[in-house]
Amino acid sequence: MNPELAGRVFPSAAPYLVGREKIREFSRAVFATSPLSMDVAAARAAGYDDLVAPPTFPVVIQEQTLQQLLAEPDAGIDFSRVVHGDQRFTFTRPIVAGDELTATLTVASVKSLGGHSMVTAESSIVDASGQHVVTAISTLVVRGDE
Amino acid sequence: MNLGDIVAERDFVLTRDSLVRYAGASGDFNPIHYRDDVAQSVGLSGVLAHGMLTMGFAVQPVVDWAGDPGKVLDYQVRFTRPVPVDAVDGAVVTVIAKVGALEAGVARIDLTVTFDGQTVLGKAQVRVSIP
Repeated sequence: MNPELAGRVFPSAAPYLVGREKIREFSRAVFATSPLSMDVAAARAAGYDDLVAPPTFPVVIQEQTLQQLLAEPDAGIDFSRVVHGDQRFTFTRPIVAGDELTATLTVASVKSLGGHSMVTAESSIVDASGQHVVTAISTLVVRGDE
Repeated sequence: MNLGDIVAERDFVLTRDSLVRYAGASGDFNPIHYRDDVAQSVGLSGVLAHGMLTMGFAVQPVVDWAGDPGKVLDYQVRFTRPVPVDAVDGAVVTVIAKVGALEAGVARIDLTVTFDGQTVLGKAQVRVSIP
């Protein structure tokens, strides 16, 4: 992997409009049972404008930015050798249906460890007014030759 | 609430259907999550659950305990061991959520997530806003 990737900031991904049915679909897929993710009246009664996304929903938006990283011509990342090492989501506020979100990827670090490489990618996700919503951080391990 | 208290515990039964559903919902169509032949060609015993699926459901007992997905301030995991999902028998993954730390307005809930007696997530921590 190219160590000069560290610190690189990618162009922002296209805005992602969070749909109510997408939140329901994702909620079912992760066995979510909270009424705030399924029932608009329950979400409004709890003070939200619309359905509240489950905590790992930002991965859907982050995914666009990870594709940019893997496709970067000089990155030298062989996708078939990539393993997901760890993942974190840090929220300023929850995602709700109707949000229009834009993700921007920064490569936080590139490390080598015993023939493997590790890249930590931080995708900062902001709403239509530019306010921070959540940062999604992935560490990808690229296995060396064995 | 005290340190070490178990706040939630739940078993999740995964089948191949669960993996296909998650693939569609998340957009992660890596075939190692639905094709045994592809999984075996890269040295795996068979189809594995998406790590992000395991991360996604493991937090749900905490969401239900907190009563609101919006109370989750921060959530992190390390993927330490894969979860193979048998075509016939599926896989049962157990989540135990304990109070790991308490500070003003925030509880850190630590998750122990196991399949077949072995942990599959490391450093699985959820920071939750509390009254």
